[in-house]
Amino acid sequence: MADVKTINLTIEGRPVAVAEGTSLLEAARTAGVLIPHYCYHPGLPVAGVCRMCLVEVEKAPKLAPACATSVAEGQVVHVHSEKAREARKGVLEMLLINHPLDCPICDQAGECELQDYTFQEGRKDSRYQEPKRFNPVEDFGGDIMYVPNRCILCTRCVRFMDDVAEDPVLNVSERGDRAYIGKFEGKDLTHPWSGNVVDLCPVGALLSKDFLNKARAWELDRTASICPNCTQGCNAIIETRDNVVVRMRPRANAEVNSHFLCDTGRLDYRWMNGQNRLELPQVARGTALLDADWDVALGAAAAAIRGKRALVVASPMLSNEALHLASRLVRITQGKGTFRVARGPEAPLPGVKDLALRAERAANVVGAEMLGFTKTDTPFAGVGAGDAVVIVDHALTDADLAAVNQAAAVVVVGTTLPVGLKNVAAVLPIANFSEEEGTFTNIRGRVQRFLQAKAAPGLARPSWYVLADLLGSLGEATSYFVPSDVFAALAASHAEFAGLSYDSIGLRGLPVLGAAQPAGGVT
Amino acid sequence: MGYPHTPHARETVVLSKYFGDRDAIGLDGWRKRGGYVALEKALGMTPAEIVGVVKESGLRGRGGAGFPTGMKWSFMKPGDGKPHYLCCNADESEPGTFKDREIMRWTPHALIEGCAIGAYAIGAETAYIYIRGEFTEPLARMEAAVREARAAGVIGPNAMGTGKRVDVWVHKGAGAYICGEETALMNSLEGRRGNPRIKPPFPAVAGVFGQPTTINNVETLAAVPHILNNGADWYKKLARPDNPKSTGTKLWSVCGNIAKPGNYEVVMGFPFKDFLYDLCGGPLPGRKFKAVIPGGSSVPIMTMAEAEAAVMDYEGMVEKGSMLGSAGCIVIDDAQCMVKQIGRLARFYAHESCAQCTQCREGTAWTTKIMERIEAGDGTLADLDTLLEIGDNMTGKTICVLSDSCAVPVVSGIQKWRHEFEAHITGKRCPFKHAAAA
Repeated sequence: MADVKTINLTIEGRPVAVAEGTSLLEAARTAGVLIPHYCYHPGLPVAGVCRMCLVEVEKAPKLAPACATSVAEGQVVHVHSEKAREARKGVLEMLLINHPLDCPICDQAGECELQDYTFQEGRKDSRYQEPKRFNPVEDFGGDIMYVPNRCILCTRCVRFMDDVAEDPVLNVSERGDRAYIGKFEGKDLTHPWSGNVVDLCPVGALLSKDFLNKARAWELDRTASICPNCTQGCNAIIETRDNVVVRMRPRANAEVNSHFLCDTGRLDYRWMNGQNRLELPQVARGTALLDADWDVALGAAAAAIRGKRALVVASPMLSNEALHLASRLVRITQGKGTFRVARGPEAPLPGVKDLALRAERAANVVGAEMLGFTKTDTPFAGVGAGDAVVIVDHALTDADLAAVNQAAAVVVVGTTLPVGLKNVAAVLPIANFSEEEGTFTNIRGRVQRFLQAKAAPGLARPSWYVLADLLGSLGEATSYFVPSDVFAALAASHAEFAGLSYDSIGLRGLPVLGAAQPAGGVT
Repeated sequence: MGYPHTPHARETVVLSKYFGDRDAIGLDGWRKRGGYVALEKALGMTPAEIVGVVKESGLRGRGGAGFPTGMKWSFMKPGDGKPHYLCCNADESEPGTFKDREIMRWTPHALIEGCAIGAYAIGAETAYIYIRGEFTEPLARMEAAVREARAAGVIGPNAMGTGKRVDVWVHKGAGAYICGEETALMNSLEGRRGNPRIKPPFPAVAGVFGQPTTINNVETLAAVPHILNNGADWYKKLARPDNPKSTGTKLWSVCGNIAKPGNYEVVMGFPFKDFLYDLCGGPLPGRKFKAVIPGGSSVPIMTMAEAEAAVMDYEGMVEKGSMLGSAGCIVIDDAQCMVKQIGRLARFYAHESCAQCTQCREGTAWTTKIMERIEAGDGTLADLDTLLEIGDNMTGKTICVLSDSCAVPVVSGIQKWRHEFEAHITGKRCPFKHAAAA
């Protein structure tokens, strides 16, 4: 970085020092000044077409588009001068003349940049008296529908498909105020990453069919999380309404996923709201499973495991914290830890280096392997009649069932109870990924935190909590009060994790020791 | 007036000398008229020498902006290791302008010669002539001439037998006004949508195919052989004595309510009043001139007082509140409704806006709708303020100047013929339409 020249300038009276080549818009952002904009997006090539980011640069003859103007030494930039504000007001008025005022029925309302900036600095009335342009709603394929009347032609969607997905499906059709976003003949938005155009759209022109009419933006609670649906570990935001996950969206992280999230990832969230959940601990009484207190169930589970070799079959969707405690269970019983992972076709996003929907469709495959679990397609192979099997949120196939029913005792630690199990000694209900806090380790060895987005049902407890109590019931010393305590223990006992803590990982993640990280950003 | 016709005695025919002369169209006839002598001479000079002569001549761009041609050429850095390109802007789409059309129809080899010299001067081996899609006859003439020139070895890998490669290609546009904007032209040439690009980078740094590029108008390039043949001093003298900034002859396209519309070639600095009343024959019988748009539809409209006091060069037109532009002169007489005429111009820009910039996409269409509403008798006085404010929002705020060009006639129209606008509004009808019907 030493060869990059630093440029000093003043934006809204604040001194700013940025690298040469930085745009005024980005420079202002570093100074905490938001320059209103529509077509600009940090994950896309610059278009400079909305003309919303016009700013006044002293000694320049005309207002400058901040997104397309590089910083220069000594520049004095005014974002909120009379001239700049009037220009933006003019743009807002023009954008609204053909834009329906249908905010009350628009999905974007509440998270609409046109609405926000209009409230912030637009006119209170419109001088437009003519009929508005009309074009019918179009199905763009995939999860996306297009409402052209709301479109402000910022072309973010076109640029995403052209330059990031590298699958040119969209275009600007026609000219003048007849222009709209068109699809090339015979093409649809079926690219595995095309759902991003909905997030990119600053207004309600591109909508997710999945999210359509589900919730108003202001009803949503938003939680920083990680997409659990493959090993890429895209940073995500889980949005809930009344304790129900209704949408998952990307959270920007230049080191992992830029600003994007694939369709497979974003649309696979319904399992987090599953209705078939275990809500109460259970213990075996004869052939029946009866609800029990946690203490009773933990005691029954410990009794079933004690003195036996424990085969722990864990889901690769579990957090590092849960897997660490599960691996202790393996160690103290001289048992074995295994997992199986679902696979699917890989789908890269060509415009971003090292970003893909990965073949292995679970978030913590790498974490599970680092913590001593063996990846196998037959996780129950070799179960002996004297063994105890501990199933930690693992989904069973018929073949698994035949194998697991050989075991002397089975303890289920899970969100659901698999059908057809015999010899179940105890059932310990746990929270699912969206209901607890923890960390995943992604395909490049990056440890990333996710936060609790909703409450767990019934008496279900976080997975790390239950596994810690189970270890305690087996006589192990455990004193974990929050998940970061478990992570601290993990970091202390695993060299790769040395030095990491929840504080240092933050919300952007950190690589384990020796993990080579890809240089992020749009290529 | 169509060709052939005898030029007016006060014209100075340089570029238009052979307009109407069928024998001048082909290569042999062109050579007999002194064609390609300048190219031969040029290829014997260094590119820097040619640039020097053109700089010295004072030649300025004839497409509208009037940028000094020699200076533009000097932006192309020789020996930068990159392929250079020359683009000839033959997308003559400015309403009222039809001079390049005649150059290409009658003297296609003059343009090829100018292109070849220009290409050589900027270190380019390739020149593209981008012709507007609607120009069918000029296209056919240019294509035939390029074939002839290439077959005769005038252009190609061994141009004029000098071992230097200078090639010229003709590219047909698809019919979009905006493709006459130089960066949109380059996009269109590359096969992209014809949207103007953000500058910088300027074409001399990153133009067509991302390489250093110079874009010149047809008339500009056609003037270059004459400058090389006759010398920079000869060209410099074609000017009014008190203004050395505008030199040479200029083709003027004249149309509208005037006795003798057509193309005229006069020396820079010619009195506009003489031009309109003498050369072009004045108004139609029983009519009076009301307004003149001197430089294509994108320049401010002049009142007759302004026009009659103006001289026909870059500075002279600016002095009287307009611009020389493309020298497409549209004359409007007293039987015409200014609101209707200006509304029609606005409609043109609304139709041709590329739709990139918000102010242009929405502003041109909105302006048109208001203008047409006023013309229909449904306007209000507040509309005039709105039009002026929209015009302000459309000026100096977009990637290219199409938006500004739409605002220009509207703003100058309201400023200078406000009474006509007000008559529509207060009378709730177009006074001209009903006067004619009565």
